[in-house]
Amino acid sequence: MWAAIESLPFLVQGFLVTLQVSFLVVAISLVIGVVMGTGLVFGRWWLYWPVRLYSDFIRGIPVLVLIFFVYYGLPVLGLNLDNFWAAVAALTAFKVAHVVEIFRGAVQSIHHGQMEAGKAIGLTFWQRLTWIILPQAVRRFLPPWINAVTDAVKGSALVSLIGVVDLMLAVQQVIGRTYEPMPLYVTGAIIYFLINYSLSTVSRRLEVRFSYIRD
Amino acid sequence: MDYHFNFSYIWRHFDRLWHGLILSLELAFVSILIGMVIGLVLALFYTDGNRWVRAVVTSYVEVIRNVPLLLLVYLVFYGVPSIGGFEYSATVSFIITLSVYSGAYLVEVFRAGLDAVPKGLLDAGKAIGLTPWQRLLHVRLPTMFRIVLPSLSNTYISLFKDTSIASVIAVPELTYGAQWINFNTFRIIEVYAIVTPMYLVTGYAILFALQRLERRFVVRR
Repeated sequence: MWAAIESLPFLVQGFLVTLQVSFLVVAISLVIGVVMGTGLVFGRWWLYWPVRLYSDFIRGIPVLVLIFFVYYGLPVLGLNLDNFWAAVAALTAFKVAHVVEIFRGAVQSIHHGQMEAGKAIGLTFWQRLTWIILPQAVRRFLPPWINAVTDAVKGSALVSLIGVVDLMLAVQQVIGRTYEPMPLYVTGAIIYFLINYSLSTVSRRLEVRFSYIRD
Repeated sequence: MDYHFNFSYIWRHFDRLWHGLILSLELAFVSILIGMVIGLVLALFYTDGNRWVRAVVTSYVEVIRNVPLLLLVYLVFYGVPSIGGFEYSATVSFIITLSVYSGAYLVEVFRAGLDAVPKGLLDAGKAIGLTPWQRLLHVRLPTMFRIVLPSLSNTYISLFKDTSIASVIAVPELTYGAQWINFNTFRIIEVYAIVTPMYLVTGYAILFALQRLERRFVVRR
């Protein structure tokens, strides 16, 4: 038990890396995902099909395979990323597909009459999007998106497998020194639980908060 | 780029990938089966139980759903035997982990399904004199299954993909086979060019099979 407590500072280091990876993945995937999602919902076929294929392709393979491919495979093709950025790139590519789907669901839940009304009063496409569709869609977007954020935090544990010293690998390394697996795994589990549980509580609150909206 | 593709090594070791895929499917199938039993029993306990039962079920679900699967896999394989004084093979350990993990997700699915069974149906069952067991078996469960079918297929696909994590404790499934060929032949691009379609095709095959089932049985609400 003492080993777990003594090694806490080291685990905190790893925890910070976990947060860093998760934050980068969540932030970048949000931007790219919303842009691609807009292309999916409103784009013509040459925008729609590439996004549709990308999303279905990425969501059909295990994220672990994606991580291994980016880290071990891409250097062969001349793209050499260190393990941190390979991990971020792979997890982001994965998360983008989920953001696209969440965005699609949120935007399509807004009645098309809203878009037509905007057209009728002479707003341009971008005005309709930013002033009419997105403010309404954000309520549908937030709860599942926060669930996707908790998935990103959980998924970030996989970066330990290509040698990024995140919380998971920090736990493994301490076990390598102390041979006390159980207390350390439990400590690690508690830390992950605390982050994710607080996030999913926010998500649930928002869902209740927005549940008055019907259409 | 002067990389020369060479698939001959992959074909030479293809049986590793093929057997790996079969094992992945078996792991997913067995774990989902056990997970469904866990999920169904706990969902029934939750729906019909008192405050305490609900608190226990909720904490199981929340703990499992908020911890990375990778950590659970390590915990069950390295952690539990270290204090329990017993051992099990990596495959058994992974099946236990994935069953407990899928159980937590399936409780939620089944719980929502049980809530959505119309009260009138149960009352009707009571009115024609069915015993509580008969009402459960012939009214409640069949209706619930038809309601939850669409969400079940998503859970199945994601659990099938999660079997790739078994590779970290050296269960020889598909990803492990891929990594083995990787490290022994260095034909990295070729391996992933084969393994990725294997995952995709299998995943979508499961999806289409389940969608056919849905079209036959699902209740539109």
